Amino acid sequence: MSPILEVKDLQTSFGEVNVLAGVSFAVEQGETYAMVGESGSGKTTVIRAIAGLAPAQAGSVKFDGQEIRGIGERALRPLRKDIAMMFQDPTGSLSPRLTIRNLITEPHKIQGMKNRDLDAEAKRLLELVNLPAHFADRYPYQLSGGQARRVGVARALALEPKLILADEPTAGLDVSVQGELLNLLNDLRERLGLSMVIITHNLNVVRHVADRMGILYLGRLVEEGTTEAIFHEPRHPYTNCLLSANPEPDPDARLDRIALKGEPPSLIRRPSGCEFRDRCPMASDVCSQVPQWKVTNGHGVRCLTPRHL
Amino acid sequence: MTDIIADTSKSRSELAIIIAGVARDPLGLIGLIIVGSIVFSAIFASWIVPYDPIAMNIPDRMQGPSGTHLLGTDQLGRDTFSRVIAGGQVALKVALPAIFGAMTIGLTLGMIAGYGPKWLDNFLMLLFDTIRSFPTVMFALAVVALVGTSLQTVVFVVMATSIPTYGRVARTQTLTLRNSEFILAERAMGASMARILGVHMLPNIIGVLAVLAAMDIPTVIALEAGLSFLGLGVKPPTPSWGVLLKDGYALIRQTPWLVVGGGLPIILATLGFTFLGEILRDVVDPKLRKNR
Amino acid sequence: MTETLLEIDNLSVDYETARGDLKALRDISFDVNRGEIVGIVGESGCGKSTLISAILRLIAPNTRFRNGAIRFKGDDLLTRTEEQMRALRGGDISIVFQDPMQTHNPVITIGKQMVDIQHRVKISKAEKLATAARMLGVVGIPDPEARLKQYPHEFSGGMRQRIAIAMALMSEPDLLIADEPTTALDATLEVQIIERLKDLQRDFGCAILFISHHLGVIAELCDRVVVMYAGAVVESGTVREIFHNPKHPYTRRLIECDPGHIKTRARVLPTIPGEVPDLANLPEGCIFRERCDQAMARCAQVPPLTRLSEGHNAACWLNHAEEIA
Repeated sequence: MSPILEVKDLQTSFGEVNVLAGVSFAVEQGETYAMVGESGSGKTTVIRAIAGLAPAQAGSVKFDGQEIRGIGERALRPLRKDIAMMFQDPTGSLSPRLTIRNLITEPHKIQGMKNRDLDAEAKRLLELVNLPAHFADRYPYQLSGGQARRVGVARALALEPKLILADEPTAGLDVSVQGELLNLLNDLRERLGLSMVIITHNLNVVRHVADRMGILYLGRLVEEGTTEAIFHEPRHPYTNCLLSANPEPDPDARLDRIALKGEPPSLIRRPSGCEFRDRCPMASDVCSQVPQWKVTNGHGVRCLTPRHL
Repeated sequence: MTDIIADTSKSRSELAIIIAGVARDPLGLIGLIIVGSIVFSAIFASWIVPYDPIAMNIPDRMQGPSGTHLLGTDQLGRDTFSRVIAGGQVALKVALPAIFGAMTIGLTLGMIAGYGPKWLDNFLMLLFDTIRSFPTVMFALAVVALVGTSLQTVVFVVMATSIPTYGRVARTQTLTLRNSEFILAERAMGASMARILGVHMLPNIIGVLAVLAAMDIPTVIALEAGLSFLGLGVKPPTPSWGVLLKDGYALIRQTPWLVVGGGLPIILATLGFTFLGEILRDVVDPKLRKNR
Repeated sequence: MTETLLEIDNLSVDYETARGDLKALRDISFDVNRGEIVGIVGESGCGKSTLISAILRLIAPNTRFRNGAIRFKGDDLLTRTEEQMRALRGGDISIVFQDPMQTHNPVITIGKQMVDIQHRVKISKAEKLATAARMLGVVGIPDPEARLKQYPHEFSGGMRQRIAIAMALMSEPDLLIADEPTTALDATLEVQIIERLKDLQRDFGCAILFISHHLGVIAELCDRVVVMYAGAVVESGTVREIFHNPKHPYTRRLIECDPGHIKTRARVLPTIPGEVPDLANLPEGCIFRERCDQAMARCAQVPPLTRLSEGHNAACWLNHAEEIA
């Protein structure tokens, strides 16, 4: 079976800033793939480039076997009902002057499905995300963050997409409602057979939703594998640092923290050799060479001295 | 396109909320009353005026305020109060179409400049700057020399010179909105440019422009008065506040009430529309409304 | 060591709105001792921001102090004049804000900004610059002398937050208020900042009032914790008591919900259903009642914040079981 989404060597530059330096990954039907990275890693650009909202100068993006990179808005439009997006800001991604009813039936209107009973559709979608039907008449500013996020989910699901691209789906949500959203996404994925790409910096969230994940650093994947493998046998030192930089809600938690030195380097002047070596706690002389992508047992890593191998 | 119009049309209840919101503020209420009475007297001018505003009555010339002539008469014996009321009609006849036209055209061009390709943006900005570089009065002189003085000429001059102001504001608003997540979300759903601009941008820009327009009306009224004062505005004997001022200015020692008749309404209109605009700005934003 | 520095005593603050009074803070009481790190945990709408602005009296015009006192070194700040408050802010009390990208004036160099905030000190400009450079060094900014000449946009978010901390510490305050200082930062930078704060607190000996919604950060950094919900303190106590022996259902559920707590992949993650109540239209009784799965008849009355053991208070009827029996 061919993957629903196959990204190969995706490259994006804004002027001289090389944001994506060749990103490759694939998402199988019904799978949730998490792309994890910190600010400046290029994670948002990845999904925007896939959706044709950010430029991609080179590489390939295949959706359901069809090349969609650079095919133009006109050719992309009919596919947009199959690829839905969720944005970071729960309230800010909702058009502020529209009622919730108009917001969640917006995809129908855009894709020319006005012959459907839009009131009934709005009701069905609100029910799907566990919001009461009378919310249809509200405006975005009248919703809490969690409720606005649900409206975003309802809108993404409106036309039964095959793939959802979600940018930080739990951003701006309180801990007590964060779980609700993740449960909802898990549940919908099972019921509707959705495939998902989730972009996040929050490893705690990833563990509970993703089947596989990739770690992005300076616009390049440095590690990729099943969620299990990455959490239990991280191979790249950066992954290790990310996993240990996770304060636990327990004052007696043992802190065997691997400190990360400094801050991410500039994308304009990328470091030579391994791009992580200036911050790497394990860097040695060999790291002046450029590490190649090595895959063993479906677990890929870009490191000259990987762990757990 | 039909649903675009359906989506943006503000329901009557929203208009009622806005008016109620303006009236709740004392300044807004004053503005509302002044503007309301100017509009009312302009609409019903022919019933309100005690005398024909252009009928001459030489024996009664240059009279002071009295029971028969509330604001006296001018050098041709015309009733000043009647001319003030009729002048309000002229002022609104210039200001409203000019501003509405400038706002509509400016909004459209500004949104296209802000959302369209870069070369179009550059071209429109160049156009706006070119128009703005003409001094209004010089421009008016040139147009009057070409087509002669009339109400339409004043409307045209005011409109043409105001378009860049609205265009620039609309463009800036569009530029800030175009990278917001909700516009990105629309693009991700495949929304057309017309839909993005009409359904999603317009309702978020129109409020700002409406406030600008309310604040701009007194400027236009003053501009019309200025042009008329210089003899470039409406043709005599049509009464305009500028003409009243001009006549009064010439006779300021003999009949000071003429200047008052021409000047006071300009001041009142300026205050009224400015108060209204100020309060409108707070009220049209639903987020600010919530916090009030 | 246990000298009280800041004492919030039965503080109630309302916002006057068109819909009626919004009861943003109700009977808030807690202390911060000298040299102690106290964490305030709460989700959106819990009143954290109102509390900070009330302490510093940087308040919106529709704020009304209804009751209580804010005592700093024994003086009630609410009776102080605006001028006295101004002397206190950036002096004995400093603050670090959430968004490091908006804390600094973008058109003035960091050096000048750091010199400007020393306006109360009577030393030469060169000495002020030296102090500024030393402070940048203290918070771990490499090559501080050169960086003083740079503008805020030339620093990353993590560095800017460290500069903000350096600036807040320059007046050697007795109390540092940190308002979600790591929320806008990545996890790897967040732990850098926390560890730095821990060191600085030890060196400078100031008390820190640390506001966060991130339980992990609170657990790691704080000595004592105050848990707030919808404008009320529901529980307060030492960090161990709060995290190992929570006595309020909200605290308990909040800790359960933190995904950092759940080590294996969960099919269904725990949540707290429902929404924070409308503070302009307060429900009867316990504020958490509608979302609480242990609510009972007695919860129709507001439970008082009661001392359960040395340094552990909670506002829940469940802790009064023996009285019913």
